[in-house]
Amino acid sequence: MTAPWPSIDALAASVRSGERSAAETVRTALKRISAHEDLGAFLHVDEARALDDAQAVDRRVGAGDDLPLAGVPVALKDNLCARGSPTTCGSRILEHFAPPYDATAVARLQQAGAVVVGKTNLDEFAMGSSNENSAFGPVKNPWDTTRAPGGSSGGSAAAVAAGIVPVALGSDTGGSIRQPAAFCGTVGLKPTYGRVSRYGLVAFGSSLDQIGPLTNRVSDAALVLAIMAGGDPRDATCSNDPVPDVVSGLDGGVEGLRVGLPKEYLGDGIEPCVRQAVATAAQRLAADGAEVREVSLPHTPYAIPAYYVVATCEASSNLARFDGIHYGRRAEAPNLSSTYERSRTEGLGAEVRRRILLGTFALSAGHYDAYYDRAMRVRTLIRRDFEQAFDSVDLLLSPAGPTPAFRLGEKTQDPLEMYLADILTVAANLAGVPGLVVPECVGEFEGAALPIGVQLMGPMWSEPTLLRVGHHLERTRGEMPAAPTGGTA
Amino acid sequence: MIEPETVLKVARLARLELSGDESARLAVELGRILSHVDRLEELDVADVPPLMPATGGSDVYRDDATGPTLSVQDALGNAPDTSDDCFRVPKVIDDA
Repeated sequence: MTAPWPSIDALAASVRSGERSAAETVRTALKRISAHEDLGAFLHVDEARALDDAQAVDRRVGAGDDLPLAGVPVALKDNLCARGSPTTCGSRILEHFAPPYDATAVARLQQAGAVVVGKTNLDEFAMGSSNENSAFGPVKNPWDTTRAPGGSSGGSAAAVAAGIVPVALGSDTGGSIRQPAAFCGTVGLKPTYGRVSRYGLVAFGSSLDQIGPLTNRVSDAALVLAIMAGGDPRDATCSNDPVPDVVSGLDGGVEGLRVGLPKEYLGDGIEPCVRQAVATAAQRLAADGAEVREVSLPHTPYAIPAYYVVATCEASSNLARFDGIHYGRRAEAPNLSSTYERSRTEGLGAEVRRRILLGTFALSAGHYDAYYDRAMRVRTLIRRDFEQAFDSVDLLLSPAGPTPAFRLGEKTQDPLEMYLADILTVAANLAGVPGLVVPECVGEFEGAALPIGVQLMGPMWSEPTLLRVGHHLERTRGEMPAAPTGGTA
Repeated sequence: MIEPETVLKVARLARLELSGDESARLAVELGRILSHVDRLEELDVADVPPLMPATGGSDVYRDDATGPTLSVQDALGNAPDTSDDCFRVPKVIDDA
């Protein structure tokens, strides 16, 4: 069993005080990466560079720099650019791509003293809900290695759950941070659209994508968000408004808080153990002074169809850049047109090609109004659902997915069935609102002991409230057992 | 529903190659997904505006000032084939 990481705050403080060095902290993470190779959580690790970076942090600490993340090892989902490191997006087409620049979120963490130790596995171009669409093999869930870690940030969730790193970054287009966090028993935060710069995140659905942290505890997610968040001239959709303090109010409790339980999120098809976890969390909030009531998000049944139109349309446009000319893999072909076609056909996996075709179809002449335009109107209705709910409650408490972690291979034969697993997470992306998943308990599902998370969603820019309530749920929950870390494989 | 011929046409637009078997299989898969998407037709959205910009913010402006950019060397660094500070591509002329 791997000893759990202390809080990021305590870890950085111990590096700042000289109790331990960044170099030995990073060595610990690197050893754990090797020890857990069987999980398939990492795609690239550059030990020499990580140790160099750690020694640079030690020198900065020695020079008196006050680094809030001094020596904190961080793993990056492999669709986030770090200068000179491979960034494959889990795709053959980018197998040898190394970006010449850093993502803004990554640069800010490094500036604060964090050290990148590796890039984590993901569904190809972040398209998937089980991590089985990676061209480099699936990730195994550290709780049960026959089960999916969730997706698409499956490697990041497994890396945190297995105790390899104290924090990993993911991206969330339709639940890709929150669902794997729930499957692996970690905290996962999708910030408000526009809270964190997307510069350096390889684009999937540009009006939906957000970068966020996966961590062991809510306070860690708050600290990492505080450092990543805020305006960036390189992302025009990133808000220039001042970022509120998300760290110091965490202990504020829930007295007087109005919590809504969206009835459409607790209907048929939700596993009893998941429903029970939400009920238990709601009872604790009520006992501690919150007012809990049922609310309605009436357009919930339309969220999946609207999402799979908007996301695939945007993907078909964004992924047009992978042409075998500017970067990535080029197939040998006699002329330019066939070079494009062969490079893309050989380089992109089945699910990515399926989504590009769906999006291209929905945007093509004669279909635009029926699909894309209609989906963007339905998106307005979904956003209004949230606005109306937030007239009467401060936040929403719900499951993050209908079931705990499903089995590897269980849904790979039927793309539509895989899409339907995203039903409780996609609406937040369509509306732009933030969502936080917090582990609630370990429950029994299909004979396995698996973590169950609950999801909090709030109005735009409500991260301080979400994190405060998440922290309260975590504090009043009792200790969560650690994942058995896949030792049985 | 969607016909295999339509799938082939869309694949050409998307610069993807498909075999006959693949276009038939994809026609079935995409047809199933689209019939789920067709639920959107249950809603009357004639008076509902599309959500634009995506999350309701306003346009962001910056000064029209020059700043540092990627060097030519960095921008070409990942290209499969280059020549004299340019991307080199296969023959285009017989491509019409």
